[in-house]
Amino acid sequence: MLLDIVFNAFNGLIQGSFYALMAIGLSLILGLNGVINFAHGGFMALAGYLAYTLDPYTGFWGALIIGPILAGGIGYIVEQLVVRRLYLRDPLYSLLATFGLALILQDMLRTIWGAQGVPLSIPDFLNQPVSNTYFFVTGYRLLVVALAIISTGGLFAILRYTRLGVRIRAGNADLETISALGVNIYLLRSANFVLGIMFAGLAGILAAGQLGLTPTMGDELIMPSFVAIVVGGVGSLFGSLLGGLIIGVASGVTTAFYPAASEVVIYLIMGVMLIVRPRGLFGQEGLFE
Amino acid sequence: MIAEQRNKIVMGVAALLLLTVPFWAGYVGGYTDLASRVLIYALAAMGLNLLLGFTGGLSFGHAAYFGLGAYGTGLMLADVTNNTLLALLVGTLVGGLAALLLGPIAVRRRGIYFSMITIAIGQMFYFIAVRWNSFTGGEDGLTGFSRQPILGLSLNSTQFYYMVLIFFCLGALLLWTILNSPLGHTFVAIRENQKRLTFLGIRVDRYVALSFAISGVVCALAGGLNALLDNFASPDDLRYTLSGNFLIIVVLGGMRNFWGPLVGAAIFVLVQNYVSAVTQNWMTVIGLVFVLSVMFFPLGVLGFFRRRSRA
Repeated sequence: MLLDIVFNAFNGLIQGSFYALMAIGLSLILGLNGVINFAHGGFMALAGYLAYTLDPYTGFWGALIIGPILAGGIGYIVEQLVVRRLYLRDPLYSLLATFGLALILQDMLRTIWGAQGVPLSIPDFLNQPVSNTYFFVTGYRLLVVALAIISTGGLFAILRYTRLGVRIRAGNADLETISALGVNIYLLRSANFVLGIMFAGLAGILAAGQLGLTPTMGDELIMPSFVAIVVGGVGSLFGSLLGGLIIGVASGVTTAFYPAASEVVIYLIMGVMLIVRPRGLFGQEGLFE
Repeated sequence: MIAEQRNKIVMGVAALLLLTVPFWAGYVGGYTDLASRVLIYALAAMGLNLLLGFTGGLSFGHAAYFGLGAYGTGLMLADVTNNTLLALLVGTLVGGLAALLLGPIAVRRRGIYFSMITIAIGQMFYFIAVRWNSFTGGEDGLTGFSRQPILGLSLNSTQFYYMVLIFFCLGALLLWTILNSPLGHTFVAIRENQKRLTFLGIRVDRYVALSFAISGVVCALAGGLNALLDNFASPDDLRYTLSGNFLIIVVLGGMRNFWGPLVGAAIFVLVQNYVSAVTQNWMTVIGLVFVLSVMFFPLGVLGFFRRRSRA
């Protein structure tokens, strides 16, 4: 029984890593661009499929690097064509526009790669269990956790130590002021959007290696990522990370006891959080309100 | 004066068209059930618009109440009663009650945050409907019920259309009455300047929650009618995709306009119906409708014409 719980908790941790990577990207874009990017799931799946196509030429590792960059490039085009025109409008419009983009992306994926799921092959040695007792701890799953940690750490380093990062943080605090100080905020927001999409891309490729690819895979991951942001607190990237891991593990542990409730429990956690602590774990009071 | 007269003429023509749909729908390539769907979606979107357009609360989860109305009505007919109207009433109350209870939680946050919370709450119901197989029929949806005759009327397509039309008018009347009452003025004032109302001593949260609940009731009524129309309730009735559709219906027609959602629903349902018949890539077309209307038509059809006539 204990092993069963550990098994499911570990599964949840993997799932939570995907949620966390998604939530961090969403959170970045929400913070500086003020947009709930509904198309995030679409970009995530897009990166997964790009990796699937690249895999025969570049191998898994090449695809893991190039995939997010390509997705980021497409994200840049979308930002230029659609999203940036809506920054000055009511959030309703960017919400609906990215919702429409999500539909278009999903349909494109279906048209290009087919409605049937395809697997993304990963290097053989990653499929081996690391230990015999804990058969479920494969190399690939460790890689997922490790990459989630490394990429998040990298993002925090960028935000902390680079000029771009400082500007992103300053923009989160007061966009008007940094604009007045001579920062090109449109360029900054484009860069920020691309950064967020690249996180979605990384999540997509890692998830594809674990769960396989379907055009609708983004749908299943984007909602928990919203919840992760609410639980972690809007405005805090660390909160999004922690929120994603918490709901992932909670959902995993629930699977051990009562599988049918594994999704609902995520929303119950959110409900409890909203009642007990409406701003979330690390949220700032009054942001986006 | 002229604008007012023109408005009356337009309204009269619209009412006449709605009353006679079953007689001409076939000649323009439609069918009566499609018109029923337009009215049902319009009713749901008008309910949503009370919260969105007139109170300023951007809910992305109103399909939940629509779906609860559908499941409530369907389950009543399947397991409890043969009375179509009673089932519809119970379905409406179930959805309305959920909105009444969940509204106060959602309104703890405003703006974008509010949308995220409403959408997540909605998804919770979606997953309950999908997972609670024995009760809801799971992913296949709820079947095994059909609308029963009322007062000797068999409720064929045409009769059911008129039933929907009656409920549409009742719903519209309810919303119209509310909007022209002090309560409605409070809602609009919250949309315009929430801070000022707070200073005036008005409990803004409670009013937004009330608006949330009323719009939930109307959505639930529409959902119940939708279940009766199809003799079927699907988890997709609860899904955020449908919430998105309701929002775009509101925006397409014109958010600040009382009748906007009716125009939006007519456009949306007809486009969806037509496009999904001619191409497999209908999702792309619908997506483009979203993106393009938001970018180039933010005021919606009615808003667009209104501005034109003023200019």
